[in-house]
Amino acid sequence: MSTATKGLPGEVLMWVLIFSELAVFGAGLAIFMALRLLDPVGFAEAQLALLPGLAGINTILLITSGFFAAMAVQSPHLARPWLAAAALLGVLFLVIKAYEFQHKAALGISFETHDFFMFYYLLTGFHAAHVVAGIGILVIVGWTKHPAHIETGAQFWHMVDLVWVLLFPVVYLL
Amino acid sequence: MKYETQKIALVYFVVAMALFAVQVLGGLLAGWIYVSPNTLSELLPFNIVRMLHTNSLIVWLLLGFMGAAYFILPEESEQEIHSPTLAYVQLAILVLGTLGVVVTYVFNLFEGNIFLGKEGREFLEQPMWVKIGIVVAALIFLYNVTMTSLKGRKTTITNILLLGLWGLALLFLFAFYNPANLSLDKQYWWYVVHLWVEGVWELIMASILAFLMLKLTGVDREVVEKWLYIIVATALFSGILGTGHHYYWIGTPPYWQWIGSIFSSLEVIPFFGMMAFAFVMVWKGRRDHPNKAALLWALGCATLAFFGAGVWGFLHTLHGVNYYTHGTQITAAHGHLAFFGAYVSLNLAIFSYAMPILRGRDPYNQVLNMASFWLMAGGMTFMTFVLTFAGTVQTHLQRVQGDYFMDVQDQIAVFYWMRFGAGVIVVLGALLFIYAILVPRREIITSGPDSTVAAE
Ligand code: HEM
Ligand code: HEM
Ligand SMILES: [Fe+2]
Repeated sequence: MSTATKGLPGEVLMWVLIFSELAVFGAGLAIFMALRLLDPVGFAEAQLALLPGLAGINTILLITSGFFAAMAVQSPHLARPWLAAAALLGVLFLVIKAYEFQHKAALGISFETHDFFMFYYLLTGFHAAHVVAGIGILVIVGWTKHPAHIETGAQFWHMVDLVWVLLFPVVYLL
Repeated sequence: MKYETQKIALVYFVVAMALFAVQVLGGLLAGWIYVSPNTLSELLPFNIVRMLHTNSLIVWLLLGFMGAAYFILPEESEQEIHSPTLAYVQLAILVLGTLGVVVTYVFNLFEGNIFLGKEGREFLEQPMWVKIGIVVAALIFLYNVTMTSLKGRKTTITNILLLGLWGLALLFLFAFYNPANLSLDKQYWWYVVHLWVEGVWELIMASILAFLMLKLTGVDREVVEKWLYIIVATALFSGILGTGHHYYWIGTPPYWQWIGSIFSSLEVIPFFGMMAFAFVMVWKGRRDHPNKAALLWALGCATLAFFGAGVWGFLHTLHGVNYYTHGTQITAAHGHLAFFGAYVSLNLAIFSYAMPILRGRDPYNQVLNMASFWLMAGGMTFMTFVLTFAGTVQTHLQRVQGDYFMDVQDQIAVFYWMRFGAGVIVVLGALLFIYAILVPRREIITSGPDSTVAAE
């Protein structure tokens, strides 16, 4: 009779979440690229205000962090240190991100400056919010230390990672 | 009926159906005023009729949900309702409040009085004292159902149902916040209106549908629960930020145009999920339940909700489209089919399922009930098409060509006549439904001894 307690839907729900997130970011990126087709010059000009070097460092930070999270799943007895390291890199990512946003703000760039920045702020801002959430999740699953939880947490973290790897070239490089 | 206190639901359902009759008759009157504008213009002006139409809709839907909770909870948690007395007190408060709204508006009492007078925000028109009454009733209700659930077996269905009902009550609190700044006013207004129908009410809908599927098709509970989780997750994921589709033109920052467009487009998914769920359950189910009318309403609910909310919602949800269609008859077309498909049909499905059980009988008046389904569903669908045409013409003339609002209204008058005709059909269907539920007769669809696959 305990149907409600067994088989908690952690994994199913995480997959639903991941697909939903990918749909949202995918739609955002698709619209961004479509708008760029309509205004290639304006977009290229706006992009000059970005700091691709810092974003590159952030990419490396997140990929490394994803690797650490995977290690936490691989070696349960060392899960906590690996998770802590993954979360720490996440914090570093946010510090750099905050500097980047502050740099834009100092240039007087807002949502309304240009479509490019509308999407720059929306996409990377949403992503940064997910990094914050992801760090929280890593801390929680590190706390419970339950292998299934750690795996679910790592899944979320990989999704955050993946989204950045898609955002980075489209927003900063192309 | 396994549990004595399920009887509470009977009274809720009867009151709900009485208000349902009032609601559709009010709609018909409003539709008549559209084509014959001087009707009752002194006694009962259009804005009051419209308010009665929409408010009685909301109130009877809520009474239906609450009745459904009182019916479902004992069965799911294997437990009598905590306090039947409180349940009746709660109903009395709600009925008193409803009468209060009607009297206050019809006679325009206490104009300007903050506590007693009209409030005038669509759907949230209730005077302050009625709002407080609603909150008190909601607290009683939540206390009652939560205690029942805590004492008994906790199932996914009851958990989600309670989550939806708690969310419903908490979000209503935003109705008390009424800032003078019109942009802010609208912003918070949608916290109630949108986050209700495209958020927490969807949880209620999914859980009641799940309960019906469990009973009517005999599919395993675990299968039902998997679906339920996925539907609920996608509903909340898309619906919360989907609120942005109301923040395009009210003075909120422009990023809402993109957030609203993207997230609200995803709102189609849970409605599609519910439709797929209902049909897959019936297809997989092995049970041939005698209550065919309830099954028809449940399937009709999932299907019409997908079209009304999902398809007709998506039609005008991208801000590039909504720029033209905002507040035209397209909105009214969507509003009608969405409310009817999702929440009216849901209630009529659970009434059809529960009433025979509550009265200790085999399913009765099945043919009449199913006929009423086709009348209402047909009438509503026709009304939706008519209003969609009207809205398309209106959008073109008014928003593209720039003609004056009233000139355009004259040109689309023919659609308003057809809407009235569709309304007559719907009202007939509604009255037939109420009759079929309240006046039991013997006739039932005979499933002969060897008809295990009758309706497949
Ligand atoms: C169960 C069935 C019905 C439901 C769920 C329903 C729901 C609604 C809702 C939600 C609105 C507000 C729409 C908005 O804000 O855009 C509305 C308005 C209205 N309804 Fe209904 N309604 C129903 C039946 C009817 C019927 C039978 C008629 C008869 C013709 C009717 C005529 C109207 C009219 C004239 C308005 C005002 C539209 C305006 O202000 O332009 N409704 N109804
Ligand atoms: C059962 C669920 C739903 C119900 C009951 C419902 C009902 C309504 C109603 C009554 C209105 C008119 C509100 C007013 O201005 O007075 C409305 C507006 C709107 N709905 Fe829905 N809706 C549902 C789901 C959806 C979905 C899933 C979408 C998008 C995919 C959607 C998109 C919209 C949009 C864009 C508007 C604004 C129309 C305008 O700008 O005038 N709705 N809805
Ligand atoms: Fe909405």
